[in-house]
Amino acid sequence: MTFSEASFEVGQVAEPPEPQTPAKVEGRSQLQLTWRRLRRDKVAIVAMIVVVIMVVLAIAAPAFASLTHHPVDVAFPDTGEDLSGNPVGPGVNGFWLGTDGSGRDLLVRILYGARISLFIGVVTTLVAAAFGVVIGLMAGYFGGIIDTILARFTDAVLAFPYVILGIALAAVFGPSLTIIFGMVTFFSWAGIARIVRGQTLSIKEKEYIEAARSLGAGPFRIMFFDILPNLMGPVLVVATLYIPQAVVFEATLSFLGLGVQEPTPSWGNILADAENFYATSWWYVVFPALFLLLTTLAFNLLGDGIRDAMDPRTERVLAARRNRRKDKKKLGAANGQGSGLPDTAQIAAS
Amino acid sequence: MAIIGYLIRRILTGILVIWLVATAAFLLFFARPVGTVARQLAGKAATPQTIQEVINNLGLNQPISTQYWHFLDGLVHGNLGYSYFTQESVDTMLKQDLPATVSLVVGGMVLWLLFGLTVGIISATRARSAFDRVSSVLVLVGLSMPTFVIGELLILWVFQPLNQHGITWIDTGYSGITSGLSSFIGHMILPWITLAAVQAAVYTRLSRGQLLDTLGEDYIRTARAKGLPERRVIFRHAVRAAMTPVISQLGVDVGTLLGGVVITETVFGLGGIGQVSVQAVFQDNLPVIVGFVIIAAIFVVVANILVDLVYAGLDPRVRIT
Repeated sequence: MTFSEASFEVGQVAEPPEPQTPAKVEGRSQLQLTWRRLRRDKVAIVAMIVVVIMVVLAIAAPAFASLTHHPVDVAFPDTGEDLSGNPVGPGVNGFWLGTDGSGRDLLVRILYGARISLFIGVVTTLVAAAFGVVIGLMAGYFGGIIDTILARFTDAVLAFPYVILGIALAAVFGPSLTIIFGMVTFFSWAGIARIVRGQTLSIKEKEYIEAARSLGAGPFRIMFFDILPNLMGPVLVVATLYIPQAVVFEATLSFLGLGVQEPTPSWGNILADAENFYATSWWYVVFPALFLLLTTLAFNLLGDGIRDAMDPRTERVLAARRNRRKDKKKLGAANGQGSGLPDTAQIAAS
Repeated sequence: MAIIGYLIRRILTGILVIWLVATAAFLLFFARPVGTVARQLAGKAATPQTIQEVINNLGLNQPISTQYWHFLDGLVHGNLGYSYFTQESVDTMLKQDLPATVSLVVGGMVLWLLFGLTVGIISATRARSAFDRVSSVLVLVGLSMPTFVIGELLILWVFQPLNQHGITWIDTGYSGITSGLSSFIGHMILPWITLAAVQAAVYTRLSRGQLLDTLGEDYIRTARAKGLPERRVIFRHAVRAAMTPVISQLGVDVGTLLGGVVITETVFGLGGIGQVSVQAVFQDNLPVIVGFVIIAAIFVVVANILVDLVYAGLDPRVRIT
């Protein structure tokens, strides 16, 4: 049909026929495939939007400060505190989310705090993951003396009670952003390295690694091209947990008085200070906790989404399950019976 | 036979790790000016002479190498030294504070494993279902909040209202198991929930992720193809293989936590290794800090050895060498 129509048209306009192109086969990179799958994941998209909004809010913090005429470090004892010196609630005297324990604008401080907290979370995790993956891969792959040295060093790091070290460092050098940054990184990489090492131990015994070796692949090719892609799932699951963990870790240090120091706001030190006002000023703990919770949740859910999207096996598992369910339904419908049949009976019936 | 050689090697390297940690702790805290602790001990009105006397009495005037040698000598003989302030031996303090920490970690672990593995397995077998979505968000709330906020909120919203209405079973502070099981549980239930709330998410996610990976393997398809019931495929074939990373994580976590659950112990006033060692740091109580750091390191080292042994037992592909 189509062919004859086409030839008819060709005859009419007397132009050379366009070459019939076969169904186009498009090469897609891993990144494109991941992105295509991720786009279909509504939760991941919402999480991504939340993360973007948080970043934008953090960048726009000074705009909010000038909009409300409440600079981040300025206390307003007249308008920002009630008669007994407690913080005022949301919406009172032009403080959108109320004030903190010193009569400063809570919203502005939370937004400035987002800058510090997000920075600590993202950057430390990236650095720690890079170290952890390289060290874990080498320890697991080479084994022997290299494994012993690296694994023992990892053990020593993990064996050191980090809160104690944190307090000690902060006490010796005085609390600072550098100390917090260094400490979060230092105590994050070892956990990733250990998981990577365990996975590498198991993966390197698989047949395809043997195949790669027999084809003449060198250790670095095997480690970074053959083993590493199969590790990205677990590493991503763990690494996405480290971003919120780093944010929470800073908060923990703040609780002990060793986090980011006043007057610089961080979500940690706002929450730590709010502790003294739990009974009287709910907004003081609820709003910073909400911002922190939304952000950390968003990172976690986004990580989950990326993990599912990156892993072609996830698709296969899901498709297999869908098909099985469909088959069962079909069988049940054909027999005019529910799904109460045992598997063998279903197979016999089909 | 290979396993005995392996164990001996692991124990020797374990001792090396502990020595490294002990030395690091010793050097780190020695870097602090010796005057502060002496001034605290001697009192506010102390003359420089008294302070110098205190420093001499504590042996802090000796060269670092002598002090370090003295410290190592005590360590080898199982003597961790004495508190600067109470003159109590660090060994005794440890024996006092360990039960609270162990109770907290073991009880919390049971809770978080029960919860985390159950939710993780259900989520993986029903990936992207409503249950999976809702539980993965809920479980993350615990992890996404700082521990002290969870603890304080539990005290504010559970402990205080109950207490005001005359229900005193749930309490803060630590009450040993010897003073009655009911009282023990009443004191520990909120700390357990706090600890489990923080940890459960890790185990839910890890077991879900691992199980999803495993369910994509060919041998699972084989198991299904030969007509095994789905329940048997999941529990006998998939879960077993998926659990190795979970056990690895569990070993690391329990080892670390036994060294002190600083925040939970502090919020609920349990005493315990974490709370006491933090107090020691703020007081410059060098022998106590170093002693507790060493104990924490021993827990982690032992946990790691156990993890590797269990790993090899569960996954025949891993060779012990």
